[in-house]
Amino acid sequence: MRNLWTIAKREFSLYFSSPLAYTIGFLFLFIVGLLFVLNLGSLALSPFGFGAAPDVRIVTGPMAFLLLLTTPAITMRLLADEARMGTLELLLTAPVRDVELVAGKWLGAFLFTLTIIAFTFIFPIILNGLVKPGIDQLQMIAAYLGVILLAAAFLGLGVGISSMFSNQIATFFVTLVVFIVLWWLVGAPANLLPVGGEPFRYLDMSSHFYDSFNNGIISLSGVVYYLSLTALGIFLGTLAIEIRRWR
Amino acid sequence: MRILTGYMPPSSGAASIAGFDVVSQSLEARRQVGYLPETVPLYTDMTVFGYLKFMADLRHLPEAESAVEEALEKVGLLERASGYIGNLSKGMRQRVGLAQALLHKPQVLILDEPTIGLDPAQISEVRNVIREVGREHTVLLSTHILSEAQQLCDRILIINRGKIIVEDTPANLQNSLSGGQRMEVKVRSQAQSLLPVLEKISGLKNLSLNQGNSLQFSYEAGADPRPEVARAIIHANADLLEMRSINLSLEEIFLQLTGEEPSQAQAE
Repeated sequence: MRNLWTIAKREFSLYFSSPLAYTIGFLFLFIVGLLFVLNLGSLALSPFGFGAAPDVRIVTGPMAFLLLLTTPAITMRLLADEARMGTLELLLTAPVRDVELVAGKWLGAFLFTLTIIAFTFIFPIILNGLVKPGIDQLQMIAAYLGVILLAAAFLGLGVGISSMFSNQIATFFVTLVVFIVLWWLVGAPANLLPVGGEPFRYLDMSSHFYDSFNNGIISLSGVVYYLSLTALGIFLGTLAIEIRRWR
Repeated sequence: MRILTGYMPPSSGAASIAGFDVVSQSLEARRQVGYLPETVPLYTDMTVFGYLKFMADLRHLPEAESAVEEALEKVGLLERASGYIGNLSKGMRQRVGLAQALLHKPQVLILDEPTIGLDPAQISEVRNVIREVGREHTVLLSTHILSEAQQLCDRILIINRGKIIVEDTPANLQNSLSGGQRMEVKVRSQAQSLLPVLEKISGLKNLSLNQGNSLQFSYEAGADPRPEVARAIIHANADLLEMRSINLSLEEIFLQLTGEEPSQAQAE
């Protein structure tokens, strides 16, 4: 546990000296903010008035999708760069378990992503002030929990993929492809097949978020799904490190 | 080496270090070892102190900061502690790597070609540090520079194609492999005519005639035919210019042992 924290701490502080991390954070917040303003603006200017009052979804909806695009850039460095620089040899010969190493890397990235997500909290607060009598607080909590779980799953898979490569760019694209498959393609049979497609819906990363958390429903299956993906990613990463040793 | 440090599992056989098996007690074994790989693993975007502090934390050192300072002092880098590793010269980086390996005062220090790619001044710096450290710790060092092994090591193992072919002290290696002592004798002229004279002296072996009127022979360490040789040469009315013993260099020993063709380099 202590090693895990040591590694996470180093990783976390490294993000704050990395221009890439600042760029990602800035773009993330900028796009979420921009969409927030545009959404509010279009609702305010629409001839039908506000209709249904806007809720937290105008913040968390785009955030979930943006996580898909940004988390590969956050995780691509984690283990791939250690392998390239040769520092992996240092960590693998230190008295640290492989799983502590991978999980520590994940935790560092997760804490960094949480920091970015924390900044977006300003938008629901603004929204809360704009609509009467304020936004649905429980829905907001559920949606944010969904975003955080989603981030955990993305980062878990990302760190797993990063441990299989020693090139950051390759890692980025492979991670992105895996995410796209899990986000759009895996669930597709549910809509295409006349029968028997239903189980695929449970494998779909986006439907777990948009169909439940984002609507204010904390679903147990969703929590289990995202946490399993996180664990799977960390497990695969540990396995990849183990395989590296045998080569 | 990578097996001993726990980086790779052995493909066959077993290895243990300080009494701990590297496979079944891997973490315990890794705690006993300080390791400096061939390519020094450094985070160039960290400060020297930050990097060593991180490694000290990974090793659960109770007083990490004082351990870092102590290690830095040993390698003489205390004044660069707050500098970024990326800005250091190669020799300094090597020393940071060495400090990393020394942090936890390991029982065994494993260094993989610690002086490779350094300039002569840096090489002697690093060698001094290693010699210093060798007084307190066991140092296992791999090198392709044989004179370095000769200078630094108490015991030398030569490994060829994965097999240990010899293991001994540098001095013993030289004695046993040169087949006793070798001598060279130089005369002013007509070295050839001395050959039959010297052949009669007992204890001489491998007598041979070289260019420039010099003769070479070897003898067993016990018998010492040198005075006889000198007398015989004087008797034969030849002008004796020089008599000296030749020590085989480790390079030659290495070539002899690995069965490769010796290069042009002659014994010195």
